[in-house]
Amino acid sequence: MPRSVSHPTGTQRPPSARGVPATARPGVGKQSAPRPRSRGRSRARLRTVFRDRGWPTIVVFLAPALLLFCLVVLGPIVLAAYTSLFKWNGFGGLPTDFIGLDNYRRMLADEIFLGDLWRGFILVVLSLGVQLPIALALALLLNQKIRFRAVYRVMFFAPYVLSEVITAVLFTMVLSPEVGLANEVLRAVGMDNLAAEWLSDPDTVLYAVFVVITWKYFGFYMILFLAARQGIPAELIEAASVDGADSWRVFRHVTLPLLGPTIRIAIFLSIIGTIQLFDAVWVLTGGGPVNASETMAITMFQYGFRRFEVGYGTAISMAMFIISLVFALLYQRFVLRRDMEGAITVAKGRS
Amino acid sequence: MSGPGTLARRDAAARRTGRRGRSPVVSALLHLTCITIGAFIVVPIIYGVLGGFKDNGQLAQNPFGLPDPWVTSNYTDIFVSASFWRQLGNSLLIAVATTVLVVGVSAMAAYVFARFAFRGREFFFTLFAMGLMFPFAVAILPLFVLLRAMGLLDNPLGVILPQAAFGLPVTIIVLRGFFREIPREIEEAATVDGCSPFGFFWKILLPMARPALATVSVLAIVASWNNFMLPLVIFNDQSWWTLPLGVQQFQGQYASDTARILAYVVVAMIPALALYAVAERQLIGGLTAGATKG
Repeated sequence: MPRSVSHPTGTQRPPSARGVPATARPGVGKQSAPRPRSRGRSRARLRTVFRDRGWPTIVVFLAPALLLFCLVVLGPIVLAAYTSLFKWNGFGGLPTDFIGLDNYRRMLADEIFLGDLWRGFILVVLSLGVQLPIALALALLLNQKIRFRAVYRVMFFAPYVLSEVITAVLFTMVLSPEVGLANEVLRAVGMDNLAAEWLSDPDTVLYAVFVVITWKYFGFYMILFLAARQGIPAELIEAASVDGADSWRVFRHVTLPLLGPTIRIAIFLSIIGTIQLFDAVWVLTGGGPVNASETMAITMFQYGFRRFEVGYGTAISMAMFIISLVFALLYQRFVLRRDMEGAITVAKGRS
Repeated sequence: MSGPGTLARRDAAARRTGRRGRSPVVSALLHLTCITIGAFIVVPIIYGVLGGFKDNGQLAQNPFGLPDPWVTSNYTDIFVSASFWRQLGNSLLIAVATTVLVVGVSAMAAYVFARFAFRGREFFFTLFAMGLMFPFAVAILPLFVLLRAMGLLDNPLGVILPQAAFGLPVTIIVLRGFFREIPREIEEAATVDGCSPFGFFWKILLPMARPALATVSVLAIVASWNNFMLPLVIFNDQSWWTLPLGVQQFQGQYASDTARILAYVVVAMIPALALYAVAERQLIGGLTAGATKG
């Protein structure tokens, strides 16, 4: 219980804590559990240690990161918000042909864009319904003491280090209708009728894309879950089974709730990842055939870099930004709130 | 709850589970599952490796079997081509420069966030942390416009600076967590001995934080190495192309020469897999820390 060490409410540091040996204070031991730090305590502590240091150090150390971040991360977002209000081919200085919200109106009537939303939704449902459960099941499986589990773990995670481009080019070959591995396997086991032109059939292409991204990413989620599972003390599981719970109930009422924070983070990462899906789709299909695998990022890219409708392209960028932002804020507010400490939500608790 | 009786019961349970083991059937099923999933992962890669040793005729007639005869020209052609080595060099240069920049700048910021109290600290930290939530693809188009205005197209800085900037959030979060763990006594001692804040940062904090620095460096290298979208729009000039661009372009150029493309893909995999082999611990540690702390 790391919580017991911190002083919950006081604005003054308890005098007794001054003499506490280093190892008894939070943040000193090797424990990595989230540590709630009461504001008054850390303030007081910081004040005593850093009294002599002033703003010069803070400014000098923070400036490079802040400059880079504002220029290259925030700057473009502000720029996109501005140019999305113009009809602009992207050339010359700043745009001049102001059209208000017309780009956004056009977007909401654009079948490709609305299709992007629908396809994104399907991919999210598939990811959450298939990819994450498989990853979780494998993590629990590899948590068992089975032989070669280190080999399996290394193998399952390996695709994650390959770039999406390499993965996609490899699978272009694997899924190609004539010489591709997938169809050859189906023919070899006598399921010829299932062989398909995976990437050029609008009915199958999205699922083919999903298989490819699952190949690359499920190992990442598996590793997250495995790390979380290994962080659960064995005593808890044992205690539950001693108290008569069968393995399903141990999973349902002990393991799963304790994995909750990690599962919620994985869902978050999976959805944010789907919103920006580009590389794999671009290489596999370019968004085709007839937009059947197009994502928001592909549509944005097509308009911005291929058709030189930069104004409209940045409007789609803004849509991606707003969707990410609204999703992230709602998710933080309603789902992650209990889990997060020290990152985003903590700002609310501090002045 | 924790009377002696309970403890005894637990011990008994532990002994029982320890002795029980698993029935051979269950064990076999577990392995079967793992092997099936493993095949899903490995077979496409093996198909690529073997396919690279075939010619296209063989590939069409004999997609599964071993090559007969083994054709090595697909691979050897790559190793003697100047463009492959150039792409490898560009990828390496950009990855190293990105990593040095993002880790250096983030370490400074994380130091301030971890060990100084000042008004607005949480605001600025939240600002950086929010960066985690924004997909890179969101910014690419306006970023391109901005970099063009700055004259950074066909310039490696046009890739390095944005990659570093988008790497800031996760790097700062992981490093701040680590810097906070370093005991205050060490800092007090250093201060008493006349160490300036910069001296403490440079001579004590960074050397102590070597494992964390290794972790975030590996993350930055992998992210840079695999980046495709940014180099795609920044580098028009072929002489700056990175490996992912090269792979994609190669696929377009030899569209019908499947065996040759497979060979190129396999060769392009090697550096990433090699890095994974030597830095698995840092990579996995960094990913789990980045995900759970961010």
